[in-house]
Amino acid sequence: MSDHITEIVVFTFLFLLVSGMGFVASRWRAPKDMAHLDEWGLGGRSFGGWITWFLVGGDLYTAYTFVAVPALIFGAGAAGFFAVPYTVIIYPLFFLILIRLWSVSHRHGFVTPADFVRTRFDSPTLALVIAITGIVATMPYIALQLIGIEAVLKTMGVTGESTIARHLPIIIAFAILAAYTYQSGLRAPALIAFVKDTLIYIVILVAIIWLPYKLGGWNAIFDAADAKFQASPAPNDGITLNANNQVQYFTLALGSALALFLYPHSITGVLASKNRDVIKRNMSALPAYSLLLGLIALLGYMAIAAGVKPLPGATPGSVDSNTVVPVLFDQQFPAWFTGIAFAAIGIGALVPAAIMSIAAANLFTRNIYKEYLRKDATHAQEANVAKITSLVVKIGAVACIVFLDPQFSIDLQLIGGVIILQTAPAVVVGLYTRWLHRGALVAGWAAGMAVGFWMLWQIPNAATGRKHFGGSAFPLSEFGLDSTKTIYVGFVAVLVNALVAVIVTLILRAAKTPEGVDGTEADDYFADEGDPRIEKQRTTPVDNVSST
Amino acid sequence: MAEPERRRTDRSPWNWLLLVPIVVPLLTFLYNHDEPRLAGFPLFYWLQFAFILLGVTTTTIVYQMTKRRSRP
Repeated sequence: MSDHITEIVVFTFLFLLVSGMGFVASRWRAPKDMAHLDEWGLGGRSFGGWITWFLVGGDLYTAYTFVAVPALIFGAGAAGFFAVPYTVIIYPLFFLILIRLWSVSHRHGFVTPADFVRTRFDSPTLALVIAITGIVATMPYIALQLIGIEAVLKTMGVTGESTIARHLPIIIAFAILAAYTYQSGLRAPALIAFVKDTLIYIVILVAIIWLPYKLGGWNAIFDAADAKFQASPAPNDGITLNANNQVQYFTLALGSALALFLYPHSITGVLASKNRDVIKRNMSALPAYSLLLGLIALLGYMAIAAGVKPLPGATPGSVDSNTVVPVLFDQQFPAWFTGIAFAAIGIGALVPAAIMSIAAANLFTRNIYKEYLRKDATHAQEANVAKITSLVVKIGAVACIVFLDPQFSIDLQLIGGVIILQTAPAVVVGLYTRWLHRGALVAGWAAGMAVGFWMLWQIPNAATGRKHFGGSAFPLSEFGLDSTKTIYVGFVAVLVNALVAVIVTLILRAAKTPEGVDGTEADDYFADEGDPRIEKQRTTPVDNVSST
Repeated sequence: MAEPERRRTDRSPWNWLLLVPIVVPLLTFLYNHDEPRLAGFPLFYWLQFAFILLGVTTTTIVYQMTKRRSRP
């Protein structure tokens, strides 16, 4: 631990600095009345171009991404580079589709995608399904941010013997995070994102100029990686794809892009912007982060060229591949710079973790608490419940990491991506048409979930010797096809989901099952800043008299 | 609500252009090669980096062409 003192000092200093910012954030662009979910949970729906850029960028590109993507490239090569096409295709999708969600949410004061589904399809049940899916998918994602911090702490030698001692730094970090998120809401990650992203950009720019210079140039780096994969017995690694994993590559890129924009935290980031123009302009500016992510991914190859050995994992004999990038920095850079890089990753975990917990809290408050537990809740009560829920969510995430095998969170996140995709027919198709029946959407969701789980259960992981949940690449031969190709599970599951939704719609229509009343109008999908709000859209008559 | 005149829409032929950055990055046969290398980068990597530029260019064009004229 002593030879890492400089790193630890720099890391701690920057960490405390942003924590201070998190608390101050409640006074940044302060509203008249913070006791409203629009303020705490969406930053007053007032963020302009720059803030949105940093916030959404800091939100989509998480610490776990920065640690796990290069680890994937380090281990498997080209297959891990799917992160680049994935983050290219997401922005045109946002541009076309999510902009409509912003408009309709602006008009009706929706805070969550489930709010939209409820009004559009007149179905609290469907909204509940969407909300629970969102919460379940988000929880392990928060836990994974902790794995990002842990990889850094482990490299700095901050570990202990007992379970509690080992996790103490993380518990403290998350307690601070929980406190300022409770106080400042979405304003805290928005403000911290400035620091986080500035640090990350600096660190990566230095790394991609300095490391190739030190390691003999890009040619040598790619050749070293090529040599490693040629020598390894694994069939599907290499610096390009092979005949078997190309379908997996593009279905994973497409499925991940769709999943990412259905995740509650990305929608929260988008809804917090102040008008359509801000979102559209950001879709041209956010790909700067994709470039960054691509370069970060290549750190995996640099680690190969530098001969990095990842640190041992939790169980004897295993390696923790997430430590690849931290170890690379530790080996190649002076301690003070490594400290900055580690702080960038650590703070990088805080921004998305805060936004995710806020998004999950919004879902719980709007679609469970207000819908089922307390229909006449005031705005102040909503904000209060959301604040408390965000605390509970974070405690849950820490407990997952402390008491369970971290692998469990990784499995859950894998499942999370697949299940969040199952909300696509209701949310995405629902933004364009109400043709699908609300009952059919529930049926399609159930079918997609069942297929997704079954497929994930079938996939073994050859490297760790586990029989189930070993990855997201499903061999087509399992469907009885004569093929050695693989495909992304979520992609198949959402196709099944859509198919079932269409068939059941036709059946329910034939049986004349009531469809409910659409609470939105065509024009709502183009509403912009300055258009009047429709207040009190919800069916329950709500107070003019304050809380009872 | 009296707004029969002003039926807004976000339909525009320019939107079709956005299909390009959605579809092209998924066509693995375009870029799944090592050669030719550019500045040491295999084709697989530099071409996919170039797709980022493609995405930026198309979204910028579509944004500029579909921008709403400032309403009175």
